[in-house]
Amino acid sequence: MHLILFLFFGAICVAGAVNLLVQRHPINSALSLVVVMASLAGEYLLLGAEFVAAIQVIVYAGAIMVLFIFTIMLLNAGEEERSKGSRVAILLGIPGVAIGGVLVAWTLLRHSNTASVPMFALPGDPRVIARLLFRDFLLPFEVTSVLILIAIMGAVVLASKPESVARPSAAEPAPREIRELVASGKER
Amino acid sequence: MSITTFAIVSIIKSIAVIFVLLTAVAYSVWLERKVSAHIQNRWGPTRVGPFGLLQPLADGIKFIFKEDLTQPYVYKTLYIASPIIAVVCAITAISVIPFGNAITIGPITTPLQITDLNIGLLLVLGITSMGVYGVALAGWSSNSKYSLLGGLRASAQMISYEVSLGLSLIPVLMLAGSFSLREIVNKQQHLHWNFFYFPLGTLAFFVYLISAYAETNRTPFDLPEAESELVAGYHTEYSAMKFAMFFMAEYANMVTVACLSTLLFFGGWLGPVFGPPIVQSLLPVVWFCVKVFFFMFLYVWVRWTLPRFRYDQLMAFGWKVLLPTAVANLVATGLIVAWKPDIWLVK
Amino acid sequence: MTIPLSAYLILSGILFMCGVLGFLIKRNIITIFMSIELMLNGVNLSFVAFAAQWHALSGQIFVFFVMVVAAAEAAVGLAIIIAVYRTRETLNVDQVNLLKL
Repeated sequence: MHLILFLFFGAICVAGAVNLLVQRHPINSALSLVVVMASLAGEYLLLGAEFVAAIQVIVYAGAIMVLFIFTIMLLNAGEEERSKGSRVAILLGIPGVAIGGVLVAWTLLRHSNTASVPMFALPGDPRVIARLLFRDFLLPFEVTSVLILIAIMGAVVLASKPESVARPSAAEPAPREIRELVASGKER
Repeated sequence: MSITTFAIVSIIKSIAVIFVLLTAVAYSVWLERKVSAHIQNRWGPTRVGPFGLLQPLADGIKFIFKEDLTQPYVYKTLYIASPIIAVVCAITAISVIPFGNAITIGPITTPLQITDLNIGLLLVLGITSMGVYGVALAGWSSNSKYSLLGGLRASAQMISYEVSLGLSLIPVLMLAGSFSLREIVNKQQHLHWNFFYFPLGTLAFFVYLISAYAETNRTPFDLPEAESELVAGYHTEYSAMKFAMFFMAEYANMVTVACLSTLLFFGGWLGPVFGPPIVQSLLPVVWFCVKVFFFMFLYVWVRWTLPRFRYDQLMAFGWKVLLPTAVANLVATGLIVAWKPDIWLVK
Repeated sequence: MTIPLSAYLILSGILFMCGVLGFLIKRNIITIFMSIELMLNGVNLSFVAFAAQWHALSGQIFVFFVMVVAAAEAAVGLAIIIAVYRTRETLNVDQVNLLKL
């Protein structure tokens, strides 16, 4: 049962990741990434980390990816153009990566003498997480809250339009523009 | 009980709950039309069946027979997938909502809930977060400027109010000590409802209610989908069955919010219980339904009483007023629970 | 039948490799950024797998910190992408190749 569920969620993960590479339109890649994150939440549930799985869906798939999708929609990102890729690279590259991956996987599986991971191995309930997060890891927790504050301020400053930062009041035009308006009026 | 019995009982419970939910969605449309009509001093649906009770059936038949237009310039895959995402997310949230205590039919005793996760409340929040995708993708895939603007506005509003929604629920969690919805209700025995935990529980309830109204895009926060704004927002280009799915998703979200309000703040299914065992199993469900009905009525009442917020007023209210209130409420409740943990908790 | 730990590591490795490949071969700046998020997710999976293996619960806590850092990085990175789009009018990284406009 564990194996079937692991393979099911794992297959969806890998399919989503490969789809992200293959798709040309960024919105399809973004939605494949959401599928990867949701199936990873399933994998975390299989390991017993239920709080981490819930947070993965709420934060990663439900907020960060929404941010990505907003950006794709606002910037009107279109499909990628076909580049002048070389046929040789595709013919040699894809089998090369596949063979390399299979070699690594086979070596890992063959020579691993670590024990197996049973189902629901972790005590992942919120009480345990809270005990760790607010006692042993309190300082990193506070530091990450400062990090998020800095990120918010940085994002607001970077994404704001230059005029609204340089010229606080947009009601009165700058003197140069007044001269230009008067000049164009004279031409008419 | 064995795994097959468990599977069969779960399937029966799921089918029953989905059936009840869809009927509730259909009749909440009827409730809205009737209550709004009486508020506006007119009758509402009266012709189709007694008191217009068969009106939802007529509406359903109309939606099925309407012409299903699909514009040629839409982005087809997402255009068809968005209402499906919205409806699936709206209906999935009902799976952790408990309706009552255990019920015993023959040899099988099963709790009146599809599944009692010990992170039940987080699951509802997660599914609400995923519901934003239905709205945003609907607006974008319709390939029309009104839909795009309406979709972006609606999804920005939803993710803004999700924050204060989650923060307003944390005092409830602190008072109950668990994320499981059944545990939260069980801690509210003997009229120790979280709503009566003055002033912090009441404040948490009102912050939750306002955030939930904004989350479900209902008045006074329904600018993204009001008829006179931006044509019809993100579901401008949808017709017939797909529009009906958005409609169903909105009302199913309303039902979920009403259920959560009763469970978290008003004691869920707790109420006077008497009589033989089968009545004792079903009477809590009756109390639950009465309370949920009150919240649906409140939704409709507020809609037809208050005017609409403008979009910048809406966002300013969410970030500048509601979020600090929710955080202050959280801090105050945390302090009181840490100082005197048994000030209210029923052991 | 229980799963060997290396199965989780192989899955995590596949996700990470897909992220690296996407980072190298994609041309749209937003897709490159999404490949970075894919890499972070792969790493999260190996953290949780090891936490389950060794019953070291701090593995889950580290997943939180990775998520928080990913959120902060996504916010700032997307703001940078918007700023780059405003000046260069393109999302193709091959065309953002001049230091001065």
